[in-house]
Amino acid sequence: MSTTPQALTRQDIAKVGLLARLALSEADLERMTLELSKIVDFVSMLGELDTADVAPLAHPLDTQNVFRDDVPVASLSTAEALQSSPRHDGECFLVPAVLGESGAA
Amino acid sequence: MQPLELSAVDLVAALRQGDISAVQCATVFLDRIAATNGAINAFLAVDREGSLQRAADIDARRKAGKPLGALAGLPIALKDVLCTTDMPTTCASKMLAGFRPPYDADVVRRLRQADAVFVGKTNMDEFAMGGSNENSAFGPVRNPWDLSRAPGGSSGGSAACVAADMAPVAIGSDTGGSIRQPAGLCGITGLKPTYGRVSRRGLIAFASSLDQIGPMARSAADCALIMETIAGHDPGDSTSLSVDVPRYSELLDKPLAGVRIGRVPEHYAEGLDPEVAKGVEEAFAVLKAAGATVHDVHLPHARYGIPTYYLIAPCEASSNLARYDGAHYGHRCKDLGQAGRGAGSAGGGCESPLVEMYCRSRAEGFGPEVKRRIMLGTYALSAGYYDAYYAKALRVRRLIRQDYLDAFQTVDLIGGPVSATPAFKLGEKTDDPLAMYLVDLYTVGTNLAGVGGISFPCGFTKSGLPIGFQLQAPPLAEPLLLQAADRFQRLTDWHRRRPKSLEAKA
Repeated sequence: MSTTPQALTRQDIAKVGLLARLALSEADLERMTLELSKIVDFVSMLGELDTADVAPLAHPLDTQNVFRDDVPVASLSTAEALQSSPRHDGECFLVPAVLGESGAA
Repeated sequence: MQPLELSAVDLVAALRQGDISAVQCATVFLDRIAATNGAINAFLAVDREGSLQRAADIDARRKAGKPLGALAGLPIALKDVLCTTDMPTTCASKMLAGFRPPYDADVVRRLRQADAVFVGKTNMDEFAMGGSNENSAFGPVRNPWDLSRAPGGSSGGSAACVAADMAPVAIGSDTGGSIRQPAGLCGITGLKPTYGRVSRRGLIAFASSLDQIGPMARSAADCALIMETIAGHDPGDSTSLSVDVPRYSELLDKPLAGVRIGRVPEHYAEGLDPEVAKGVEEAFAVLKAAGATVHDVHLPHARYGIPTYYLIAPCEASSNLARYDGAHYGHRCKDLGQAGRGAGSAGGGCESPLVEMYCRSRAEGFGPEVKRRIMLGTYALSAGYYDAYYAKALRVRRLIRQDYLDAFQTVDLIGGPVSATPAFKLGEKTDDPLAMYLVDLYTVGTNLAGVGGISFPCGFTKSGLPIGFQLQAPPLAEPLLLQAADRFQRLTDWHRRRPKSLEAKA
């Protein structure tokens, strides 16, 4: 990012769309390419700063381990876990085939 | 007695003394919602039956001399980002239509235990992403001070419902300013506590290292009262702090003598509306008159706050929102059509019927701004870009936090504007995502540094729009934030003003 970033292409956006699991129409691709290029261009101003000696800060709290006693506690029941599922059989979530061309559930 | 005009502190006292019953109190606010919400759209769900039932139960227990919680009978509105087992929880997204949370947010649990009465769930920007409430899938909220203007966001419904007297208190959440900015634009008081002060369990996650829940009310004293109930350690949120909760209300009544308040020259760069600048300067004068001293301090990396925030927040969001997969809960696309390769993502190509279901369900369920941020975050985290964008932003985040820690070596609080302008027109910024991102200019630093901030009204523009003042404090200095804001409100009456546009309808 210390140099001028490359403009985003439609192909980049299509690839990111698949990574993000978002189906994008041709119009979406067009608009996203423009909008994200502008935003990425804007955030690239961080490249002005020399941060070679600065450690990343992922979290505002000082890193610490948090422990609890190793005792079992109740978790959600199967019925509770399934109560908002779009498709289930009372025991499992139902999804389309993970592999292959057919078997949409 | 007119309950709509009472502070939360006075309402709780009136309820305790029996001057008003919980049912009477709930009825007054529910009627106000029924009369006013059509114009404002602050509520996504109103629980008239449930709240009246709960109020009747509280009255019965009070009559029987049974012990009651600290907020017994107080009506409260909840931002729809908080999980509730007995009310819909949508995050203002089509993605969560019909979702029934299997548990209450910790904040909701605490408020229930305190015998608060939940009147409903408030409108917001979808998944709390936005600064105008225009990203709601259920229509924008209108600012009670001028119905053609935005209330701010993302807690726009919570801010507007308090400003329009539809609830004495609302709960909001703040990731980059989402409590303080709408509070400022709607003329109410909103507190973003220190990161970790309030449990995030059951708060639908946007950016987990930045999100924090806080109270929105008419005064700092009311916010103090609510904090006593919602703050505290929760084993269900490993980032919630194991630190005793002060009796905030009892710590209010202290003079400001000797309190050092920082004024940041960088805040007065171009773009700050002159009427806002004037209101902010007058607020400094009031605080000085109350005994505080004002000193210039510098936040040298303040101008990098927005780009840093708009990398870190979307990166965390893209990860958090991966959970909406159309399988466990939430929206699922109707039929798969041509299952298989190429059907799901134009130009991309899906690998399997399952991936196609993910891609289509998410494309149908999420609105444009949420998609934009998921895309931006996914891009910034992807192979080859992680170091240049995400890791870079994390390094700058450390510089920004260090600025705050350095400033707090010489001052106790930092004061300044909440927003560069008063409430803007609905639709004014919707075509330009970047212009909308800039509304968070003065608020994102607080979240990046993990410190606390409070926003309260300090004047009005000539056209009658509220101007907000912000104070920021070192970690866990909420008592001082509330004390300073309360002192300001004892010396001014800006927080008592009410929008005139709604009086005829009341």
